[in-house]
Amino acid sequence: MNEFGLLTVFSFGPGGWGPAMFKAAAMTIAVALTGFVFGAMVGALGAWAKIAGGRITRGIADGYTTVLRGIPDLLVIYLFYFGSSAVLTPIGRMFGATGFLSLPGFLAGALAIGIVSGAYHTEVFRGAYRSVSRGEIEAAVAIGMSRALVFRRIIVPLSLRFALPGLGNVWQLVLKESALISVTGLVEILRQAQIGAGSTRQPFTFFLAAAILYLVISSVSGWTLQRAEQRFTRGLRRV
Amino acid sequence: MNMLQSQNASLAPVAESVPAVRVSQLRKSYGALEVLKGVSLDAHDGDVVSILGSSGSGKSTMLRCINMLEVPNGGEIAIGGEVIRLKETRTGPQPADRLQVDRLRSRIGMVFQSFNLWSHMTILENVIEAPVHVQKRPKAECIEEARELLAKVGIADKADHYPAHLSGGQQQRAAIARALAQRPRVMLFDEPTSALDPELVGEVLRVMRALAEEGRTMLVVTHEMGFARDVSNKVVFLHKGVVEEEGSPDDVFGGSRSERFRQFLVR
Amino acid sequence: MDFPFLCQTLLTLLPGVPLTLKLALSSVVLGVFLALLLALARLSGIRPLAWISRVYVFVFRSTPLLVQIFLIYYGLGQFPALRHSVLWPILREPYWCAVIALTLNTAAYGSEIIRGGLQSVPAGQIEAARACGMSRFQVFRRIVLPLAIRQALPGYGNEVILMVKATALASVITLMEVTGLAAKLISETYRAIEVFIVAGAIYLIINFVITRIIQALEHWLTPHLRSAPAPAVVEQGGPA
Repeated sequence: MNEFGLLTVFSFGPGGWGPAMFKAAAMTIAVALTGFVFGAMVGALGAWAKIAGGRITRGIADGYTTVLRGIPDLLVIYLFYFGSSAVLTPIGRMFGATGFLSLPGFLAGALAIGIVSGAYHTEVFRGAYRSVSRGEIEAAVAIGMSRALVFRRIIVPLSLRFALPGLGNVWQLVLKESALISVTGLVEILRQAQIGAGSTRQPFTFFLAAAILYLVISSVSGWTLQRAEQRFTRGLRRV
Repeated sequence: MNMLQSQNASLAPVAESVPAVRVSQLRKSYGALEVLKGVSLDAHDGDVVSILGSSGSGKSTMLRCINMLEVPNGGEIAIGGEVIRLKETRTGPQPADRLQVDRLRSRIGMVFQSFNLWSHMTILENVIEAPVHVQKRPKAECIEEARELLAKVGIADKADHYPAHLSGGQQQRAAIARALAQRPRVMLFDEPTSALDPELVGEVLRVMRALAEEGRTMLVVTHEMGFARDVSNKVVFLHKGVVEEEGSPDDVFGGSRSERFRQFLVR
Repeated sequence: MDFPFLCQTLLTLLPGVPLTLKLALSSVVLGVFLALLLALARLSGIRPLAWISRVYVFVFRSTPLLVQIFLIYYGLGQFPALRHSVLWPILREPYWCAVIALTLNTAAYGSEIIRGGLQSVPAGQIEAARACGMSRFQVFRRIVLPLAIRQALPGYGNEVILMVKATALASVITLMEVTGLAAKLISETYRAIEVFIVAGAIYLIINFVITRIIQALEHWLTPHLRSAPAPAVVEQGGPA
């Protein structure tokens, strides 16, 4: 208890928590990435509904983004984690299962994060679509491209480039949000830190270690995204 | 498809047979505002038609109707004798057959006032986009042809640059090369020099003049009176949605009958 | 839908509303002052101050709020010196720990919003104030700050909504605000969907009211923009 510090938390030697912490970090990245990708799919759908949808689909998409931006993310995680049992248990009964069924923490967490971040993705994609110049689309139409081809060759590549900075922001948000999944018992960074804090009675050290891990992941991914942005938006910058 | 054939046809004008573009009794309105009130115009292979008129005369709208960027409310457009079929919908007239429109568009080159080069593609990629992805020609062949076209408009060295890194004049020449790569039967120019700084206008006009001398069929909406007078073989003057003057440059500019056209020239 | 259960849920959750509001309000109010200090430090031109502000903002914006809450609530107890200090009665309380964590967190985001507002003040208006003989402090108080506040208000409104949402995390350290009560009810009844609907509706109503209040505040603070013929429609932006 006395000679215990950050070094021990990250140490891979005997008594070190390194392997556990890094495994937890990998879990954080995995669940955040899964949630992010799912959110991007939801967001693409939402943006499509807002841009091209009729009155009803647009209304649904507007309602979705408004609601999800107004309620705590923790509630959504509870909904998916505990709510899934309300849906799954009766289904399980039909197939002869007994007792409570629920989504595993990973899936419930990733789904919840996807639904939450999908609202942000929606706005990012919609904004990006709006920044594609009408003239460039018109030029594609004028050479005889079909609608599908215009979408695939012009609209998608251009909007993705405009969406990159926004997507970077959403990723940072998702990464931080993933800490909430610890309430489901999934052993990601924060949950692992709680376990370590409990068994060593060194909560500050372990939560500080957790903070450092988040800081590192966020910085490295932020830097990588910036590089990607520079690479992919070469042609879009004026000199 | 007979791309090559049509290319040859446009290079060797045939006598008064089927016009390359026939516009008849074209009407177009936006809400209550009627922009075109029954405009007719024929362009035969090899014709260079200059379309003049003050802003609001409907000249750009007419040009954009030819490749259905605007859908007319009445009248008819025929490309090489093929009439574009329209149908009425709740939201107004629409092309009856999208495939027909796409097919016809693929053989009409369009040059826009604001270039509209695709900003995420290099100049070369811009030029090969239509032949490779719309006309489905072999890529290697398209690249070779694209390089020749870029050399022809004088920007061979810019092939791998992005549009944002070119001057306006260079961008517009690239856009002309992009239109030429379609091996178009007709080329439409929508005020191609209006967005350019005065010192850059010349380089674009020189390219257009060279194209005219090759015998290409061109419809040019322009404010450049020199081009209209010296390069085109036909001048059309639109005023408030109707054709006010039409004829050879000598006729129109020489013994201009219309008071409105004289006023337009003075301005 | 089981309406009697929904009504009962509502009655169970409503007592959590005052705590939710108290947490949000105190942290936003305290946070504004810290945010202003941080923004001023960043723009002060004094290297060490600017650097401290930068690091602070970077650290608090790059780590999850829940980690910050745990660091303060569970973490500080690790130090015997703190446990025996006069601060301990405060640091032992989950309520105060939540307020401290929320305040420190919102200050980091708020300072960026305020900095944006301060930097948006046109140089010409500052020059004009200098030219008529105002002192540096007067220029700041009479010209820069009022303009910056008006500029920053919409962004800060967004931040307030985010703080209301963030108070839900206080439930993880045993505070029985709306989400805490909801979680308790779910674990008792296993009816997550109904509880979620009621709790979600409560948050939506709170945030709707706050949005309206901020809009009214904006309207009241910007008479010079009111008569403009076509007010610019501000998109409800994505993530700030």
